[in-house]
Amino acid sequence: MQVSLGKIKPHVGWLALPFALIFFVYFILPLVLTIVVSFWDYTDYAIIPDFIFDNYIYIFDGCLSNEEGLCLTFKTYISTFFFCFFTWLITLALGFCVAYFLAFYVNSIPLQVCLFLVCTIPFWTSNVIRMVSWIPLLGRNGLVNEFFLSLGIIDQPIEWLLYSSFSVVLALVHLYTLFMIVPIFNSMIRIDRSIVEAAYDAGASHRQIIFNIIIPLSKTGIIIGSIFVVTVVMGDFLTIGIMGGQQLASVGKIINTEMNYLQFPGAAANAVILLIITIFIIYVMTKFIDIRKEL
Amino acid sequence: MKNKKLSRRQILKLSAGTVAATGLGLYAPAVISSDPITLRYLGTAVSMGDEVQKKLFEDTGLKVKFIAVTTDEVTKRVLTQPNSFDIVDTEYFSLPKLVPSGNILGMDTKRIKEWDNVTSIFTKGMTPEGKKVGLQGTAPSKVMYLEGSTGKKFAGDVTQYATLIPTIYNADTLGIRPDLIGRPINSWAELLNPEFKGKAATLNIPSIGIMDAAMVVEAMGEYKYPDKGNMTKSEIDLTMKIFTEAKKSGQFRAFWTDFNESVNLMASGETVIQSMWSPAITAVKAQGKECIYQPLKEGYRAWAAGFALPKTTKGKTADAVYDFVNWYLSGWVGAYLNRQGYYSAVLPTAKQYMSEDEWGFWMEGKAAKGDILSPTGDKLASAGEIRDGGSYEDRMGGVACWNATMDENKYMVRKWNEMVAA
Repeated sequence: MQVSLGKIKPHVGWLALPFALIFFVYFILPLVLTIVVSFWDYTDYAIIPDFIFDNYIYIFDGCLSNEEGLCLTFKTYISTFFFCFFTWLITLALGFCVAYFLAFYVNSIPLQVCLFLVCTIPFWTSNVIRMVSWIPLLGRNGLVNEFFLSLGIIDQPIEWLLYSSFSVVLALVHLYTLFMIVPIFNSMIRIDRSIVEAAYDAGASHRQIIFNIIIPLSKTGIIIGSIFVVTVVMGDFLTIGIMGGQQLASVGKIINTEMNYLQFPGAAANAVILLIITIFIIYVMTKFIDIRKEL
Repeated sequence: MKNKKLSRRQILKLSAGTVAATGLGLYAPAVISSDPITLRYLGTAVSMGDEVQKKLFEDTGLKVKFIAVTTDEVTKRVLTQPNSFDIVDTEYFSLPKLVPSGNILGMDTKRIKEWDNVTSIFTKGMTPEGKKVGLQGTAPSKVMYLEGSTGKKFAGDVTQYATLIPTIYNADTLGIRPDLIGRPINSWAELLNPEFKGKAATLNIPSIGIMDAAMVVEAMGEYKYPDKGNMTKSEIDLTMKIFTEAKKSGQFRAFWTDFNESVNLMASGETVIQSMWSPAITAVKAQGKECIYQPLKEGYRAWAAGFALPKTTKGKTADAVYDFVNWYLSGWVGAYLNRQGYYSAVLPTAKQYMSEDEWGFWMEGKAAKGDILSPTGDKLASAGEIRDGGSYEDRMGGVACWNATMDENKYMVRKWNEMVAA
């Protein structure tokens, strides 16, 4: 059935209205307010409408001189990038393998759906519980240490299992791998099997099929998954706080602390900078692929 | 992602809030009240269990609708939405932020029946037996009065108008695992003792953490602060430098931000010495682990909370608030608080509601004659046991400083964040 585009065009705009409204109220408006407030002045008990750059200058205070080593902001971002990068790398590797297995090795659709649901089981509990449940496992007197001690592999409990960068990345991977699996699986399932078969028939090795066919064709899923993981980890302070024993820095924690001390303009300025950096990372990632075209 | 913090002030909140809401709903129709007033009570809920609300309704016919949030959130609400509640329960150290905003009124002490019996710690800065209490930090006696009912400044002298009518307070110290340490601990300096490397913890709440840090620095003999609760920039630098070095050398197993984290660290043996709050000690003990709220020779860090009236509460509702506060101080609640290991503001009235054994254990530092029970019926101590830190005089008389808001608050928060990032 062919409908002339010119005829329906005036009505199409209305269809976008509900979403545009939600987008405006829950995204544009708060964002504009945050940016506005980031230029305001504040005291211990009040925020004062103004247009000053002090909040931004304060964030980068001491960052140019390098007299006392790296400034707080740089250190915090380096720490955040570190968690972001390793979490991204590991969730990508894991997510790709799981999605690949689900898409190409599981042939029956009911089984596929079933295994897919299995992947979501951890999400039936709150993320705080998922995090906290690592503690009895990894602690000084936890199950892992007790197991190794009883086997005689170690004679002192391993301390870095918990409250370390290791435990932070472990928990983040645990929390966010599904965010990689879903989009990658989604793109893999759409790859035309006959292409894979053709390559196989033409004598391509397993490796060649993965690198020359599967990866390029699931690039959209990889990028979307990466955007999910990177944005979530960049703003995270709960996981890094709990699993890092509150001793590791994250940008989110700094914003959280400032909010608790009623330093809203300072927190807003930090949030704006975090947003700019995150958007830049996403921009770079989308350079690898035109998501709109691929969808 | 919202950070759900559980502080000591909230432990009872979840149960109290939900149970109370349903409990009251069922309870109300049974009593015929000529003019029922429901007060919107903003606070952290440490003192408002289900029983308290029932008893309140029985005695006065007043109802309370509880708005339970964190301490920081209470401050935010008072500043940004002063008309969203009729009475607020907040901490004294928040006052330097709240009072200049003009959003809270001075409470007329002439309308508080038991005002003359409020413990002298609040009104004079000394214990009932005349022992001087440390006044560093935002000590209640320094911010107790306003010049008038609408003043934005603290009064230097005693006036008719109080900023907060005190309700609950306590003296905090370090918690230790005596079974894992195996020797006596008597100084704050032990927190940074290399002997406990990787087994110590402090809290990641800058305004309280820095006070504990200052107690440690002073105990180590590194520096003597004129006022720990109001440091200069260089004093903040010095304090944070010592803690940053300790952190870098691996002294701390973790920092904690909520009550449950502190309990887990201690109960699992991840830490053996740490900054802690008194109900957390009880929670560790409830798991069958030895845990002591260790009195230290340098003294305690104290905190206190009380009721304030927002400027938007007027007329009949304001009268009801005074009725409520008078009821609160009339003894029943005081006994309820004392039984949890906190202290009540009016001691003589609370005493009437406690047994001799209870009063002896909680307030006089005497050995318990029988089992000591919490208000919910859990056993907290058996016959022969003595409360950690002893009597009210010993504990409150040993206070060295109070939770505080510093003039250099912004700088302090930044330096604290730098330590965390180091």
